[in-house]
Amino acid sequence: MLADAAIASAEAAFMILLMLQVMSLGLFFERKASALMQDRIGANRAAILGFAGLGLVNTLVADPIKFLLKEDVRIAGADRTLHALAPLVSLVPALAAFAVIPFGDVLVVGSRTIDLQAAHLDVGILYVLAMAALGVYGVVLGGWASNSRWSLLGGVRGSAQMISYEIAMGLALVGVVMTYNTLDLQEIARQQGRLLWGWLPAWGVLYQPLGFLVFFAAGVAESKRIPFDLPEGESELIAGYFTEYSGAKHLMFMMTDFVEVVLVAAMITTLFFGGWQVPWLARDGFHFPWGTVLALPGLLVTILQVTAFMVKTIFFTYLQVAIRFTLPRFRYDQLMRLGWQGLLPLALLNVGASALVLLLVGRAA
Amino acid sequence: MSPLAFLVVAALTVVAALTVVLHRNPVHSALALVTTMCLLAVLFLGLDAQLIGFLQVIVYAGAIVVLFLFVIMLLNLERERRGLATPVVVGTATTGAAGLAVLIVRGLAGGAPPADAPVEARFGGVAAVAERLFTAYLLPFELTSLLLLVAVVGAVAIAKRRPS
Repeated sequence: MLADAAIASAEAAFMILLMLQVMSLGLFFERKASALMQDRIGANRAAILGFAGLGLVNTLVADPIKFLLKEDVRIAGADRTLHALAPLVSLVPALAAFAVIPFGDVLVVGSRTIDLQAAHLDVGILYVLAMAALGVYGVVLGGWASNSRWSLLGGVRGSAQMISYEIAMGLALVGVVMTYNTLDLQEIARQQGRLLWGWLPAWGVLYQPLGFLVFFAAGVAESKRIPFDLPEGESELIAGYFTEYSGAKHLMFMMTDFVEVVLVAAMITTLFFGGWQVPWLARDGFHFPWGTVLALPGLLVTILQVTAFMVKTIFFTYLQVAIRFTLPRFRYDQLMRLGWQGLLPLALLNVGASALVLLLVGRAA
Repeated sequence: MSPLAFLVVAALTVVAALTVVLHRNPVHSALALVTTMCLLAVLFLGLDAQLIGFLQVIVYAGAIVVLFLFVIMLLNLERERRGLATPVVVGTATTGAAGLAVLIVRGLAGGAPPADAPVEARFGGVAAVAERLFTAYLLPFELTSLLLLVAVVGAVAIAKRRPS
């Protein structure tokens, strides 16, 4: 009992640390990859003993320290308690959502087989949706408690946007659930280890291409970043719901955005791109389609799986940063039209089509 | 769920629910309502009803109360004025509370609650709930969806009405 709790805590800590690494890498992409895309140099001012590390020192050391040392401005007429609570309400659910995302198959230590997933929930997908839903409160409260028109408008925009896109997001997941017949993310990742025609890894995107597109678009909208960043559109609202935040509290809001980016990347990886699956890698080593078998020790297999999960998540994090620096911002009516008249009908169509195919062809298993 | 954990969560739920009614600031009341919903979800989880627990968070905390907050923010309500407690309101509320108290006491007087029944495997999961929903309770389920459809159509009709 105690050992189980210790293992679960260790897994949760490992997962959070792993994802925070990806998050800081995303922050680095945001500063330097964007500079590359826009033909500028980007952050390169900070260095330790002459070592700037391609801007890594700037983005990973100097930026956070700068944020933490800034003055925490107290706003006249603001609801102090809620103002301080809002960044926490924003950040905590986003981080908590990682608890059900599997980062590997199993780790065998002595007689104990450890499932590499911090919380084994039968309703894992619903848990992630619930945490995403709670994240709205940070936006609403930050907007309301700041006693500022800009903030309030940003909060109202943000909550309307997040509720609208949550519906398309949830419906896009229905297709996935129908395909794999489970809500448990670890089980979904395991089922993607099958091979189609003996060689093609049966990743979710092959069964649910439309579901993937809808989920990706809705996911980017949920993290409120360009092209969906109306709640914080600088040219209109200064910084929207976190206009009146400074220092560490502002950092927490910014961090939430990035944690959500990584969360969307991790969910896409788990649901549509095999999660921790490495093509043709089983628990005892590689089984190549041309018949070669390469036996590997269990620990190495686990390391390969965790690395694969990391690499895929980093790729989708990078893709979201690249989207940010490629597309212009929507107008608010365009945003709402895309959500309700574009993504929602597509998601419904996907549910209907999935049901039809499952009825005619039968389950993939 | 151990009795101690239940008592702690239940007490917190009652405190949060009282805050909803007693707080003078509508935004704080709405937040207390969210807290109540989340604590109810914890109670559901303690009763092995995973699906209901998370649906409680997604539907009530994640959507409905957000809309409450949304409306409160748009209306820009100031602190609630005193003096809303007219004799009619007080009388109705007292009668209702007294009736509820009688029902609860009569329910509890019916003898000790049954001992913990063994929980069947997969109880409270998606499969178990869905099976009941689509077999034994199919008709009420479909009627409810019809009701929701009517509500959606009604909302659209009201929203579309142009002032003449």
